Amino acid sequence: MDLNTATLSTPISSSMPYPRSRRRTTHPLTERIVEALLFLAAFSAVATTVAIVVILLYEALSFFEHVSLLEFLTHTQWTPLFERAEFGVLPLLAGTFVIAGIAILVSVPLGLLVAIYLSEFAPHAVRESVKPFLELLEGVPTIVYGYFALLFVTPLLQKIIPDLPGFNMLSPGIVIGVMITPYVASVSEDAMRAVPMALREASYAMGATRFQTATRVVLPAATSGVVASFILGMSRAVGETMVVAIAAGQQPNFTFDPREPAATITAYIVQVAMGDLPHGSIGYQSIFAVGLVLVLITLFFNVIGQWVRRRWRETY
Amino acid sequence: MTNEADKQETPSGEMEAPLKAEVRRFNFYYGNAQALKEISMPVAERRVTALIGPSGCGKSTLLRSFNRMHDLYPGNRYEGEILLYPEGINLVAPDVDPIEIRMRVAMVFQKPNPFPKSVFDNVAYGLVVRGITNKTEVADRVEAALKGAALWEEVKDRLEELGTSLSGGQQQRLCIARALAADPEILLLDEPTSALDPIATAAIEDLITELRERVTILIVTHNMQQAARISDYTAFMYLGELIEFGATDELFVRPKKKQTEDYLTGRFG
Repeated sequence: MDLNTATLSTPISSSMPYPRSRRRTTHPLTERIVEALLFLAAFSAVATTVAIVVILLYEALSFFEHVSLLEFLTHTQWTPLFERAEFGVLPLLAGTFVIAGIAILVSVPLGLLVAIYLSEFAPHAVRESVKPFLELLEGVPTIVYGYFALLFVTPLLQKIIPDLPGFNMLSPGIVIGVMITPYVASVSEDAMRAVPMALREASYAMGATRFQTATRVVLPAATSGVVASFILGMSRAVGETMVVAIAAGQQPNFTFDPREPAATITAYIVQVAMGDLPHGSIGYQSIFAVGLVLVLITLFFNVIGQWVRRRWRETY
Repeated sequence: MTNEADKQETPSGEMEAPLKAEVRRFNFYYGNAQALKEISMPVAERRVTALIGPSGCGKSTLLRSFNRMHDLYPGNRYEGEILLYPEGINLVAPDVDPIEIRMRVAMVFQKPNPFPKSVFDNVAYGLVVRGITNKTEVADRVEAALKGAALWEEVKDRLEELGTSLSGGQQQRLCIARALAADPEILLLDEPTSALDPIATAAIEDLITELRERVTILIVTHNMQQAARISDYTAFMYLGELIEFGATDELFVRPKKKQTEDYLTGRFG
């Protein structure tokens, strides 16, 4: 107390350096330790990311010493473990994008409807009880969705499409779509609820119905967040592993027919990483090459998603 | 006050213009809190009626009852009547569709709130909502509304630009154009100039005087000079009650109630 009043009355008193500096030096050790720990915690996240990228790049580069980039990007066969190995990434890319595309076709309309309902139509009590459920769905382990696709959705689809193989891209695509719907819905709903009430009032005051207000005013005003939710959802669909590994069949197959079995990048990595490939072999390195492709794709979607979010932020 | 309202009915006898609307013993509740008490007042057709009073007196609440804006939020309750003429329907009755009312009673808000759409689409919104899709008709009415809001000359070459890119005063006139496009019978203005600079304010006031020929106007303002300049009738409200209603010239020069006089002379706490 005395010190405080003293420093208050004589703020820049040079006769008081000792108590002031002592107040600083009584805690420096704990202060510094805490600071260092916090820094380490933050740094570890950055370091891990950097390390992953470095290792991916390093192994991928040695892969490309054996396989030309041109072959990698243009050949239509992916058989790295065969006698006559072929390293065309296109079948994996096709599988990845067909499945992610189906997932988006499912999750965009579904997620949007859920978001519009929750944000514009649902009474307060409904919204508050449904949102936790959505978040719960996001927490279901993906392997559960995988078996759900293989053992429930595929047999169901086979009743509609009789000659559908047991492994196909349609079923995991639909299930991933259902899986990322809560995510799309929740991000879209946040964006729609952020639209100022003044815009809704303006719309209602013109005699608009709830539906007109939702689709003609709120949704367009929330475009940035809604589109970002699609793109981030796409990014998650591309990176999804267990569902495709279980239900799509793990056979690299250059086709865009969703009824065919196929493998995605992630499914290939799981399949190969679980086998006992000799460290440093070409098959081993191929994991890192396709892993790098996957990182680039998801990075691309995330950057685009963030860009869209910022780009149309200030429209209202 | 309650007793007086009982006795005095509505002072419509002294009005030379026909009635467009009439508030009769109107009460309004936000949940359990009563915000308006036994309001009774006439609204003359094609005249400007101003609602004045200190903050929190209920003037905006009353205005927003005219187009059922309170329906948007749960827990609000109307009691009594606001009759809309010529038919004399009670527009706050629960069985009256608020959308029907809003089609006839348009509103401009305190803060300009154009949609993040083009200037054209902003004005066309009310028409689109009413299912008017004929392109030439929409274009004609958008142009007429923008002319009516004295904005056409400034925006005729930038109809495709975002409404939000206009200046504050232009945005507010855009909102007036949006309200006018669907030919409302009553135009509600909720402190339309409080967010604007003096020049933009003057433009809006001139516009209100012009629009008076075409549409019944009800305006909330906290600016007494503005009420004196542009309105034909003034209602002074305080703590949810209507203290005095009269012709603007009369009320400003010879207020009958002491509270009105105190407020007008700035002696109000």
